[in-house]
Amino acid sequence: MPVNVISAGIATTIQDLGRPGYYHLGIPLGGAMDRLALRAANMLVGNDEGAAALEAVFVGPELEFTEDAIVAVTGAELPPKLDGQIQPTWTGFEVKAGQTLSFDFLKNGARAYIAISGGIDTPPALGSRSTYAIGALGGVEGRGIQPGDALPLGAQPAGASAGKSVPDEMRRMPGKPAELRVLPGLYWHRITEAAQKGFFEDTWKVANEADRMGYRFQGGRVLEFVDREPPFGAGADPSNITDACYPYGSVQVPSGTEPIVLHRDAVSGGGYFMIGTVISADMDLIGQLQPHTPTRFIKVDMDTALAARKERAEALDAIRQALA
Amino acid sequence: MSCRYTFGGDEHIFVEVDEAMSLEAFFTSLSMTNAVREAKIKGVTEICPANASFQIKFNPDEIHPDDMLAELKRLEATADTAEAKLDTRIIEIPVYYQDPWTHETLMRFRERHQDPNASDIEYAARINGYDSVQDFIKAHSGAPWFVSMVGFVSGLPFLYQMVDRPRQIQVPKYLRPRTDTPKLTVGYGGSFSCIYSVRGAGGYQMFGITPMPIFDPEQKVSYLKDFMVFFKPGDIVKWKPISREEYDADVAAVEAGTFMPRMAEVTFSLDDFNADIDGTNAKLMEALNAG
Repeated sequence: MPVNVISAGIATTIQDLGRPGYYHLGIPLGGAMDRLALRAANMLVGNDEGAAALEAVFVGPELEFTEDAIVAVTGAELPPKLDGQIQPTWTGFEVKAGQTLSFDFLKNGARAYIAISGGIDTPPALGSRSTYAIGALGGVEGRGIQPGDALPLGAQPAGASAGKSVPDEMRRMPGKPAELRVLPGLYWHRITEAAQKGFFEDTWKVANEADRMGYRFQGGRVLEFVDREPPFGAGADPSNITDACYPYGSVQVPSGTEPIVLHRDAVSGGGYFMIGTVISADMDLIGQLQPHTPTRFIKVDMDTALAARKERAEALDAIRQALA
Repeated sequence: MSCRYTFGGDEHIFVEVDEAMSLEAFFTSLSMTNAVREAKIKGVTEICPANASFQIKFNPDEIHPDDMLAELKRLEATADTAEAKLDTRIIEIPVYYQDPWTHETLMRFRERHQDPNASDIEYAARINGYDSVQDFIKAHSGAPWFVSMVGFVSGLPFLYQMVDRPRQIQVPKYLRPRTDTPKLTVGYGGSFSCIYSVRGAGGYQMFGITPMPIFDPEQKVSYLKDFMVFFKPGDIVKWKPISREEYDADVAAVEAGTFMPRMAEVTFSLDDFNADIDGTNAKLMEALNAG
């Protein structure tokens, strides 16, 4: 029995943990931008952590249930309302057949994850239900949800119960200013020492162009390049390289002006130089940044990046134990 | 050629074979990525060859980044001695140059172009020293092209012209990228041709359009039933200029499920190519025309 979409919000998509293995063909990993929030939402409703859920950006959808289920909303503070009654976030609650789930205004963050017990059971594409609209893969017929869609659910998990909640201190949101840790590298040598220093000194702001493919930042100083003869095939602009692969989280700065951090739906390559990469531990945070959020980039080394990754794994384990 | 290794965060190693594009750099990238695949290194999750570089994504919980780096450096020594030879295929791709759809699009973005008073192909012909667009099309479609990278989005091929460097076409990208490009546009940026697999943003100059889909997520197109992406690195392409009538006929054939791209199996040796470029290309064309 499906969940009927009455209104879709702004850019609500079905996401799971993505489709690894096709990046060499320009098909990105995709999946939830805030992985920890997706996993927690699924745990709260008794699903596998990687089950498909809804990722709502800024505005929630309105959904009509045709069977009983448990629902949890995590990530951005987007308060759910059940037949108009506010429900707690980061907490599993029961929804009965015939009830309507809607959402109050966004209080904090950018992306909420709406997990439903049983998981959304749309047909997978290349091993994932994640919506990758550019390639028309996953989701509902390759796109985000729309009014009139009926979202099929998987079988209800055995022994799932409502009422579990992720403790406050285990919920992660960006600080103010947001801090993103970056490992310098890739084409870091292409900018002057003063520019290298300035990039980490300046406070940037999230631009309006901020989506699943990447986040653009504005407001810092223009990066100054080291002089060079353009290599054959690269192009004349000092920020051009012979088209190459782009790591997830890599920070490209076309013409040295506005950094773009590539995210889960990254383009797999292109002709712009990159000055480094946001570490894996901080990728989730980017998904919760609203436009205009002041942001600092923090320079770290590999040991710090690996320690932060370990810390994130432990934080996830702590949630698992708290909900077990 | 000595590779430059650099970490892309804690999950990627980026290897620049050469700053400049060349078939030598491409072959090194291809043979190293093949070697990585065959070595089945623990923790490797994505192997992405590019034009003159490549990238490995790995899980640092399974292999320490320094150990991953050491494995790749070890493979570089092996790849250096590998013969630059490739069993591949040559494919004929029909192109309707100066079509109305890319023309309509390029007119909408004239203020982002180097030469607002010319079309993209007129500009490209002029700055590459061709007297007419027809001569330029002859050059673009005369020699075959190497698919030296697949990526950006959804199976888009980057293609590198198989001629000596003085004959190579070079055209800068748009001053600012467009927000729209028709699906299946044949584009050009730097020293690369490309085919836009899907509609979307783009910064390459637009020369024409092919009737032949190269990405089909629904896998309904007859030759994309096994896999939704047509191209792989190492494929060789020959552009075939076609008219509006031929274009319409090809589109109808694709829709009817009867269109099959003309192609042939070939072996390519970089040494043979460097010794006799035009002769090697002529042999490739013989194979294609016999196929």
